Amino acid sequence: MSIATASPSDTPALQAPAASGQRLFRQVLRRRLRAFLSRAASPAAILLLWEIASRLGFIPERILAAPSQIGATFGALVASGEMGSNILVSLGRVLTGLSISLSLGTALALISGLSRRGEVIVDSPMQMVRTLPFVGLVPLFILWFGIGEFTKVTLIAFATTFPMYLTLYSGIRSIDAKLIEAGRLFGLGHFGLIWHVILPGALPSFLLGLRYALGISWLSLVIVEQINATAGLGYLINNARDFMRTDIIVVCLLAYSLLGLFTDLLVRSIEHFALAWRPSFIKD
Amino acid sequence: MLTAKLSVNDTGRLRDETVEPEIVRPAGNTNNAVRARQLSKRFGQNTILDRLDLDIRPGEFIALLGRSGSGKTTLLRALAGLDQISSGDLQVPQARAAVFQEPRLMPWKRAWRNVVMGLHMPQARERARQALAEVGLAHRENAWPGTLSGGEAQRVALARALVREPQLLLLDEPFAALDALTRIRMHQLILSLWRVHQPAVLLVTHDVDEAVLLADRVLVLDGGRIVADLRIDQQRPRSAENHAFQKVRTQLLQLLGVELDADAAAPKPVLHLVPPSPAAPFNLSNYSI
Repeated sequence: MSIATASPSDTPALQAPAASGQRLFRQVLRRRLRAFLSRAASPAAILLLWEIASRLGFIPERILAAPSQIGATFGALVASGEMGSNILVSLGRVLTGLSISLSLGTALALISGLSRRGEVIVDSPMQMVRTLPFVGLVPLFILWFGIGEFTKVTLIAFATTFPMYLTLYSGIRSIDAKLIEAGRLFGLGHFGLIWHVILPGALPSFLLGLRYALGISWLSLVIVEQINATAGLGYLINNARDFMRTDIIVVCLLAYSLLGLFTDLLVRSIEHFALAWRPSFIKD
Repeated sequence: MLTAKLSVNDTGRLRDETVEPEIVRPAGNTNNAVRARQLSKRFGQNTILDRLDLDIRPGEFIALLGRSGSGKTTLLRALAGLDQISSGDLQVPQARAAVFQEPRLMPWKRAWRNVVMGLHMPQARERARQALAEVGLAHRENAWPGTLSGGEAQRVALARALVREPQLLLLDEPFAALDALTRIRMHQLILSLWRVHQPAVLLVTHDVDEAVLLADRVLVLDGGRIVADLRIDQQRPRSAENHAFQKVRTQLLQLLGVELDADAAAPKPVLHLVPPSPAAPFNLSNYSI
């Protein structure tokens, strides 16, 4: 029992570990910083070379603007509010499309995941349609729905329904039969099983599907915004192309990737909260 | 005692009674927790249980031994109502619960929610806490199953079974996946809980020592029929070094087709379970290894 005997005379001795703890913390910080710098060195060098090449005229502005100019343009676009309003339009398209595909994909997955008859009716058509490349459907959608917002949102919804459906459906079907049996034995009825066993068990797959769907939604946004957009990031890009403003095009591409990163982060934090029971999240 | 009658008529047509068992009072003098007559279970051409008769009295601790493929688990699943029987007559109590080899806890439910899963009772949390305290896990009521050790998870599964106050507790090799020391603790725990709650217990195991250590009666299943029914009258706690224990053990091993030569039949060095006082709480230092 030599561990837990702290008498008052020990107090000075206890300060030494605290000091060394601080030193340790500083050491870790320094190591992290060094690691970050060594990883950032190569991209920074490329940016620097790019900047020099642009300044010396090796890269003409109409091919690719210099990094410094891109930064300045970004600042100007944000300051004028042009960036914010167009991002909101693009974000709105994605969210509308996603909310449709989320509801549709989830409903279809529940139908075919929870009943054999539902599987027969829903699954085979879904498996057939999902192989269609949605980009190839753009002309058909334009013929059907015109070139307005409806076509854009429908295409995003169409493209993202399948990852939602497929992952949730396989998630429902891959739930451990032993858990379902235990649930039944301990008094869960049909709806109790769905609520207490099947849905929570399929939640990880649902969130994975959501992340796939988000990734695809940004991709389809870029494509549908090439169709006669009057607002949104795609509109900015199209305008910039007409005026050979490569700096604006690059800024918009960066905005697309930032939006993608941001929404992915959002789903990750939902996962952290909703899947707290998963061993990978249980760290302590 | 209310029992559920699971029966199938002789033409082999399954009546869907295993799902919603009809509740009947046992006829005449059959005051048993379990009463099986001519119980058969077939999978296609394979007969797993062959016109088996079985009686378990209320509060009786039965161990069921048998080689793999002898139908142990099939019988347990039939008693649990998880599988329908092919023919015969089976009466089991309405209140049944089971613990399997794997804990089968819902990983997304905290320990206490697992315990009261599927129950609609007032003060569920309080009941769950009590049940967890009984298995020594009061401090883990909020733990995710993923953070529990194998023994702890199995104790939560036990609490989940006992909180239902079963008249028949079915144990399907619940200690098989545990390490030797944890298994000893679990044996002690099972016995003390059995004394308190007094359910009829059917323990399926392939461990002869475990069977003799715990049960009132040891049944040996072979070819879908019960080929031996040994009453163990020794006082608990039992010691594997005891001569009577060794005799029963040898007898059972022979029934299971394991012939022991003179050397192997000699008492093997095993963990023996003789706590200084039966009432003393379990403490590893009380046991010599």
